[in-house]
Amino acid sequence: MKLHEYQAKSVFADAGIPTPASELASDVDGVVTAAEEIGYPVAVKAQVQVGGRGKAGGIKLVEDEDEAREAAESILGMDLKGYHVDRVLVEEAVDFVNELYVGITMDRGEGKPVAMVSTKGGVNIEEVAEEDPDAIAREHIDPAFGMHPYQARKAVYDAGVDQSIARDVSSVLTTLYELWDEKDGADAEINPLMVTSDNEVIAADAVMNIDEDALFRQPELAEMEEEAAGGDELEQKADEYGFDYVRLDGNVGIIGNGAGLVMTTLDLVDHYGGQPANFLDVGGGAKAARIANALDMVFSDDNVDSVVFNIFGGITRGDEVARGINEALEQFDEIPKPVVVRLAGTNWEEGMEILNEDLVTVEQTLEDAVQRAVEYADEVNEQ
Amino acid sequence: MSVLVDDDTRVVVQGITGGEGKFHAEQMMEYGTNVVAGAVPGKGGQEVSGVPVYDTVHEAVDEENADTSVIFVPPAFAGDAVFESLDSDLDLAVAITEGIPTQDMARVNKRLSETDTRLIGPNCPGLITPGEAKLGILPGNIFSEGNVGLVSRSGTLTYQVVDSLTNRGIGQTTAIGIGGDPIIGTDFVDALELFEDDPDTDAIVMCGEIGGEDEEEAAAFIDDYVDTPVAGFIAGRTAPPGKRMGHAGAIVSGSGTGTAESKISALNDAGVPVGDTPEEVANHIEEFLS
Repeated sequence: MKLHEYQAKSVFADAGIPTPASELASDVDGVVTAAEEIGYPVAVKAQVQVGGRGKAGGIKLVEDEDEAREAAESILGMDLKGYHVDRVLVEEAVDFVNELYVGITMDRGEGKPVAMVSTKGGVNIEEVAEEDPDAIAREHIDPAFGMHPYQARKAVYDAGVDQSIARDVSSVLTTLYELWDEKDGADAEINPLMVTSDNEVIAADAVMNIDEDALFRQPELAEMEEEAAGGDELEQKADEYGFDYVRLDGNVGIIGNGAGLVMTTLDLVDHYGGQPANFLDVGGGAKAARIANALDMVFSDDNVDSVVFNIFGGITRGDEVARGINEALEQFDEIPKPVVVRLAGTNWEEGMEILNEDLVTVEQTLEDAVQRAVEYADEVNEQ
Repeated sequence: MSVLVDDDTRVVVQGITGGEGKFHAEQMMEYGTNVVAGAVPGKGGQEVSGVPVYDTVHEAVDEENADTSVIFVPPAFAGDAVFESLDSDLDLAVAITEGIPTQDMARVNKRLSETDTRLIGPNCPGLITPGEAKLGILPGNIFSEGNVGLVSRSGTLTYQVVDSLTNRGIGQTTAIGIGGDPIIGTDFVDALELFEDDPDTDAIVMCGEIGGEDEEEAAAFIDDYVDTPVAGFIAGRTAPPGKRMGHAGAIVSGSGTGTAESKISALNDAGVPVGDTPEEVANHIEEFLS
């Protein structure tokens, strides 16, 4: 789960990390009022969770009321890489002489958190990591002890941060780790951490991603998630149903059980010349109602021309799956999109007896099922 | 022969009084697994399907000589349950639970480096030695005894590949589901090492997926140390960057690490053929064995 910039900044500010004065606004007058309270110049920043907001026109620096209105009118309501902008952060413009990067993430290869510091802040840090990996100092942290104070200092000095600000940057890094640890962070990042001519450091941007699996013990952040939610209507529906769902660009709808097998089904659709419309994992042990919901999900996607339903039962039972498919399809006078079903594993024979074969096409193997669904999708496109 | 589990394995089921725990304990016993105890705090003294329940794993070890734990504990408490098993001098702990917070697993991972207990999972289907015993939730009926070792990050994908093998009359020594989380106990390299050392394993299937660099590390290990022929499969070729594909660990990062291309080419460079479909993987194994 990703926090919005304004949410992450409030979390950072509460922990004592210096952040610029800012206010959230959702209409033009609100932007002007906020700007006047903070004092020009201010930055007007779209609150959507995509990278490269500045380049895409989602961040504007304004000097006076006219410019503030103009910026607010152009940014509010804009479509930024597929996301509708309905809020902006109005923020004090910081006069900086230098930009640093500090971040904490989980190094999954090591199975340990890692603190990172670089003097090459203000640009895409992943590009820095690729082109000039030595420009990022890394310090692995033992999660049982937490970050020792010397480790924060070491990362800061290793990165070549100037001595005059090293103490303040170490302190920001220490706080950032504590937040990451306390709040079940996946990533916590400040890029850029600006350095002013008075040698003050200030977090000009803020990234805080939370481990979804830990939200049960982070109630405050879970509330923020509701505020942060957004995105695609279908993805919201998937959230309501509790499915792992990712929408893609193609026209072959895919439903299956187990992440690896669903991914494989997507890959096979591609392999046989089709284009997957989605990833939908019903999870383990799905009952009939859940199976019906999955079909409803995929039918609601206008891009879908055919559906392949691939279940290999372990804890999921073929008879439940068949009942769910019947239930979902029997309510239609005419099946909206052709459905190809392949059942294997636990209780598949019982499932085949239950399945109403007038409503679906049955295939015995995964390969055949995928090919059939791709053919159906092609036929729709030819018409 | 087999690796990690056989009919001598003495199993304690953590969480045996829960719905999943009870159901799968029964399924394991039906398959022939020697389930000797359950461990659930507050439920000591009860019996589940004829199996005595203890309050702690320590008691199960002391009273019933359990040497292996299978963990069906809800995610909020599963990290602690794994710690308990690691601190109880077991040989093996298998964590089935999906959704354990990653930071809990980082702490478990640290403790793991200090003990002799091996951990499989979490977020995994478990492992099975066909005809002897299974630990976890794998459907026993699709497996058959034989000479192919299988290691996979995904449960149902394992079933798909095993089904292809079994249908051709190719059985398995042991199949291990290592789990789909970012931090896991036993990784591909560990499993490959076990199969390489097992005299009865004549070929190995390795099913990976996008995310992380475990498959690349496995490829390097195969190149240096593995003489047993290996065939691979990588799920997630069509996954877009930045989207988590179900498994917490299955995500291609923004910087392009963890892609299917990188894994396939690393495996190919190590002499491992990678099938485009599960059937192609079975074809490779058939060729190895002929």
